[in-house]
Amino acid sequence: MHQPLTQSTPANLSDIDQPPLLEFDHVGLEYPFEGSMRRIIEDVNLSIKPGEFVSFVGPSGCGKTSILKMVSGLNPAPIGEIRCRGEKIKKPLKNVGIAFQNPVLLPWRTTIDNVLLPLEVVQPYKGEFKQKKAQFLDMAQELLTTVRLQDFQKQYPWQLSGGMRQRASLCRSLIHQPEILLLDEPFGALDAFTREEMWGMLQKLWMKVRCVGILITHDLREAVFLSDTVYVMGPRPSNIVHTVKINLPRPRNLEMELSDEFNHLFSEIRRHIHHN
Amino acid sequence: MNIQKFMRSKAGTFVLPFAATVMLFVVWELAVLIFKIPPFTLPSPSKIVQASIQFTPQLLAAGWRTLVTTLVGFALAIATGVVLGFSIGYSRLAYLTLYPLLVGFNTIPKVALVPLLAVWFGANEIPAILTAFLLAFFPIAVNVALGLDTVEPEMKDVLRALGATQVEVFQKVGWPHTLPYLFASLKIAASFAFVGSVISESVASNGGMGYLIVQASSSFDVPLAFAALLGLGILGIMLYGFFAVLEKYVIYWAR
Repeated sequence: MHQPLTQSTPANLSDIDQPPLLEFDHVGLEYPFEGSMRRIIEDVNLSIKPGEFVSFVGPSGCGKTSILKMVSGLNPAPIGEIRCRGEKIKKPLKNVGIAFQNPVLLPWRTTIDNVLLPLEVVQPYKGEFKQKKAQFLDMAQELLTTVRLQDFQKQYPWQLSGGMRQRASLCRSLIHQPEILLLDEPFGALDAFTREEMWGMLQKLWMKVRCVGILITHDLREAVFLSDTVYVMGPRPSNIVHTVKINLPRPRNLEMELSDEFNHLFSEIRRHIHHN
Repeated sequence: MNIQKFMRSKAGTFVLPFAATVMLFVVWELAVLIFKIPPFTLPSPSKIVQASIQFTPQLLAAGWRTLVTTLVGFALAIATGVVLGFSIGYSRLAYLTLYPLLVGFNTIPKVALVPLLAVWFGANEIPAILTAFLLAFFPIAVNVALGLDTVEPEMKDVLRALGATQVEVFQKVGWPHTLPYLFASLKIAASFAFVGSVISESVASNGGMGYLIVQASSSFDVPLAFAALLGLGILGIMLYGFFAVLEKYVIYWAR
């Protein structure tokens, strides 16, 4: 039922007429704590357009990860609602790609078989997996080449470094051309050099698919580098305290990190995190 | 020769245990000779070998019977253990109702059940099969349940977010993740089943290694009893080895 958005999404994101893919409508979250309900997230309202890459940044414990769980439908929003194409999300959405800080590759599968996993589960690929195996292998190989893992297709996860595993995990999250890509601090466990390298690779992969990207991160530079919009969340009970539009041209590169514009955006976000 | 290097080599893993076994028998033989221990107390290895050759047909028949009994009981234990493990691992209801019962049952020494089983089924192979089964299914059930329970939630989330059904999550993640746990338990359970059938044979039976040992000891043929013990040791190692090798092939990916 969901068509991949690759072809239909215009690269021009300033197209205002486009209806949003995701809408947050007075979204909140409570958690039982010592006998009473404690508010974690309060009244989040925002909308995300097709092909938009957004980041949520904020102090730890402000419910950033919960936002991903709510969008994916794994734990639907208990207060307010999140709509995908105007429909309230009540159960796990199909055709979502997820990558966590822990790459969670399946240890009994080789790199390429790990990347192929979504195609064995998501329609329409699932139904034609046997017939189109060769074509799917090509797709997986192309993604692995993008992240320079072409020589590690037959390796098992324990034979790869942490960064390589995370790259394979990103390929897996995008191979089925998801409408929504959810990233929960995917590079949090990597060293600074590897992390910056991964930004470029993620951007490359994402630009092939051009789906909605939602990134949870602690790294403000990462948020600026990758996003079209950065949402800054306050401390608990948190809501969106500030929104920053990033209009740097794509593909972005690490030199831009030194530009005045980049640093201006970075300090703007930083200021809003520390003043709440 | 560099002993450190040898211990890490492939030859070392074969030569060293073999040498240790030979050493044990040599020391044993010498001890019997030097301290003039009578054969009906502790026969020397050479006497045991003599008895093994003399009673080869009886030993083979008894060994075969014990092996078949063990394997039948073990097969029942695998089937029951896997089904129980899955129910406990997947259903909260089964966990709450069955698990305490299982733990309670497991604390009963199974050897105490053999006389009852003999009353119900007679002194034949059935009590031995059941004792083997009763000893072996518990570790299998517990390990399968543990395997299902320890699947990383994030692994399941990746699949559920793709719209995978419960069955698909089980196929792609639950089952393969549980295999190493299952195999770890099979190695233990195979030995348990073996212990179970021999205990039962020595308490109430009409054949098998356990029966042979009891018969031999009661007629003071201690070398034959030891020959049977030796045979049991060889059978046990074969059983364990079989599952250890199978494990290597099936879950080659687990380091």
